[in-house]
Amino acid sequence: MTEKYNMPDARGHFGVYGGIFVAETLMPAIQELNAAYRHYMTDADFIAELDKDMQHYVGRPSPLYHAERWSKELGGAQIYLKREDLNHTGSHKINNTVGQALLAKRMGKTRIIAETGAGQHGVATATVAARLGLECVIYMGAVDVARQSLNVYRMKLLGATVIAVESGSKTLKDALNEALRDWVTNIDNTFYIIGTVAGPHPYPAMVRDFQAILGREAKQQCLAQAGKLPDALVACVGGGSNAMGLFYPFIDDAGVKLIGVEAAGDGVETGRHSAPLCAGRPGVLHGNRTYLMSDDDGEIIETHSISAGLDYPGVGPEHAWLKDSGRAQYVNITDDEALGGFYALTRMEGIIPALESSHAMAYVMKLAPTMKSDEILIVNLSGRGDKDMQTMAKREGIEL
Amino acid sequence: MSRLAGLFAELAQKNRKALIPFVTAGDPNPEFTVPLMHAMVGAGVDIIELGVPFSDPMADGPVIQRASERALAHHQSLRTTLAIATEFRKTNGHTPIVIMGYLNPVEVMGYEKFADAVQAAGVDGVLTVDLPPEEAEECTALLKARDVDPIFLLAPNSSAERVQKMDAIGSGYLYYVSLKGVTGAGHLDVADVEAKLTEIRANTKLPVAIGFGVKDAETAKTIGNLGDGVVVGSALISQIEANLHSPAQAKQAIIELLTSMRQAMDN
Repeated sequence: MTEKYNMPDARGHFGVYGGIFVAETLMPAIQELNAAYRHYMTDADFIAELDKDMQHYVGRPSPLYHAERWSKELGGAQIYLKREDLNHTGSHKINNTVGQALLAKRMGKTRIIAETGAGQHGVATATVAARLGLECVIYMGAVDVARQSLNVYRMKLLGATVIAVESGSKTLKDALNEALRDWVTNIDNTFYIIGTVAGPHPYPAMVRDFQAILGREAKQQCLAQAGKLPDALVACVGGGSNAMGLFYPFIDDAGVKLIGVEAAGDGVETGRHSAPLCAGRPGVLHGNRTYLMSDDDGEIIETHSISAGLDYPGVGPEHAWLKDSGRAQYVNITDDEALGGFYALTRMEGIIPALESSHAMAYVMKLAPTMKSDEILIVNLSGRGDKDMQTMAKREGIEL
Repeated sequence: MSRLAGLFAELAQKNRKALIPFVTAGDPNPEFTVPLMHAMVGAGVDIIELGVPFSDPMADGPVIQRASERALAHHQSLRTTLAIATEFRKTNGHTPIVIMGYLNPVEVMGYEKFADAVQAAGVDGVLTVDLPPEEAEECTALLKARDVDPIFLLAPNSSAERVQKMDAIGSGYLYYVSLKGVTGAGHLDVADVEAKLTEIRANTKLPVAIGFGVKDAETAKTIGNLGDGVVVGSALISQIEANLHSPAQAKQAIIELLTSMRQAMDN
C-alpha cells in the first residue's frame, strides 16, 4: 500500500461496510457518543488515565512469548503467542471495557449495560463497573447462561445484574438485541459498552482503537526479540475485536500476512457454523453493514460453535472491508479441529487457551509447518481456558 | 400525487385525522392478514401499516417481537408480505398500505428489485426502522422514482436539524415515535407530545402521524388532535396474542377497538 490506511471515513464507512444503521430513537445517543469519542481520543488527560489503568489495573504490556517447544514440534515457523490471557479477568476484553468505562465516566453516565456471549466481555464490563461504582446490567442469551455458568457467577459476585435473554436463538445476537432495547429506553443515564468491533459507528473504530494497544505492543516486542517484523498474524474472529486489535497496527506493513480464523462449527458445508466471512453474505444487522449469516429472505440464521464467544452471525465491518480488499485472509476451523488446538497448546506449552483462541491455535498447526524456520508467526492468545473447564470436562465425560 | 399525499390532503380538508393500524403480516397465521385488512378498512381506518417479520426486531418491544416470531414460524417473509399487499389490492384500490420492517431483508433482495416489487404490489409507503436518512439516499431515490413514499421516524430527542433532514428526504408522512424506548412500552405524556409537535411542525410541512403508546379510544382522540394521524400497533397485536386459540375472536376484538377509536376521533 502506498497510502496510509485511514479507515473509516467520517460517517464510519469501511468501503460499503460499517455506517450507522439504527432506529431514530438511538441516533442522538450515537451522535453524543461519537462526539465524546472524537474528543477524548486526542485528550492528553484521558489518554494518560487510560495508559495508567492499562499498566497498573490490566497488567499491560502482556508478554509476547516464543513458544519454542511447540514451534520445534510443528517443524516450521517460529510461533510467538501474544499473551492476552494474562490480562486481569483473563482475556483481551478488558482493554476495551476499561477504555469505554472511562469514557462513560467522563460523559457523566451512571449506568453501564453490555451484551455477552462467552461471558468474558460481561465479566470485563462488570469488573470496571465495580471499580468505578457504576450500576451494571449484563444481557446474556439463556443458552450461554447455561453453558458459561462460572462467568455468570463471576459477574454476579462483581455486583452486576445478569439478565438471561429468552428470545430468538437465546445466544449472543439476542443479547445484543436486548441490550439495544435497554439503551433506547434508558438513554439519558446509560452507556452501552459493546464488546466487539461491530455495531453502529463509532463502535467498530472505537473498540479497535482501544484494542490496538495489543497490536502495537506485539510489533515492538517482535522487533525487540526477533529484530524484524513478523511474517504472519493469526487471530480468531467472532465479532473480531482481538483480531482487529492485533491486525490494525500492521495494516500498512504489506509484508505481514493477516489471517482471521472463523468458527466452522460442525463444518462450513453443514450450515451449522459461525463463519459469515467465509460462507455468509453482506447485509445489515446491529447497526452496521457487514457479512452476515442470513437466508434468502434476509432473516438471520442461527449459528453454531463450541465456543460461545464466536457464536455470532455477524462480524466487524472492518474485517468485511479487509476481506474484500484482499488485505486480510479469512479461514475457518471446526469444533473438532479447535479441540486439537486446545490440547496441543495445553500439553506442549503448559498454557490452557480459551476455546475461542483454540481456533487460532488449530490454524497455527496447519500454517506453521508450511512456513520456514526463520519465519515468524504471531498468534493472539486472546483468552485463558479456565472458563471452559466445565465444557471440556463434560466432553470428556467427567463430572466436576 | 401518491395515494398517501392525496389521502392526507383530503383528510385535512375534512378536518379529520388518520387512523393507522399496525399489524405484523402473517400473525398469527398467513391466512389471517388479508381478511383482517379488509375488516379494518370497514372499521374506518385510513392507512394500514403492515409489519414485515424479522428475526431480530431490535427496536420493538416484546409484543411485536412475539408477533414476528409467530409469523416467522409460518415462514412469513418480505416476499410473502408483498404477496399479502398484492392480494389486498385485488379488491381495494384506495386504502394506502405502508410496509414497515428492518433493512436486512431489503439488502438481501437488492434495493432496485425491492423498489420494483413494492411498486408492483401496490404498496404506497416504506418505513425501514434501521435505515436513517444518512444511509437512505440510494433506497429512497429508487422508491420515489416509483411513486412510493419513504417514511421516516422521529423520536422525542430528534433535534430540529434532524427533523429538517427527514423533511428533505421523506415523503408521505413522518412517523413520530412519542415515547423513548421500544414499541409498546410505558406511558404517554400528552403535554410532552404537544410541545414536541409544535417544534416538529416548525421544521416540516409533511403530515405527522403519532404512535407508540396509543392503547385506547380516549388516547387515540387526544393524540389525534395533536397530529395528523394516530398509529396503533401493540394494542392490536395484544388482542391477537390474547386470542391465539381463536383468530376469529382476535379479529373481532381488533375491529371493536378500532371502531371505538374511530368514533372517539370523529366526535
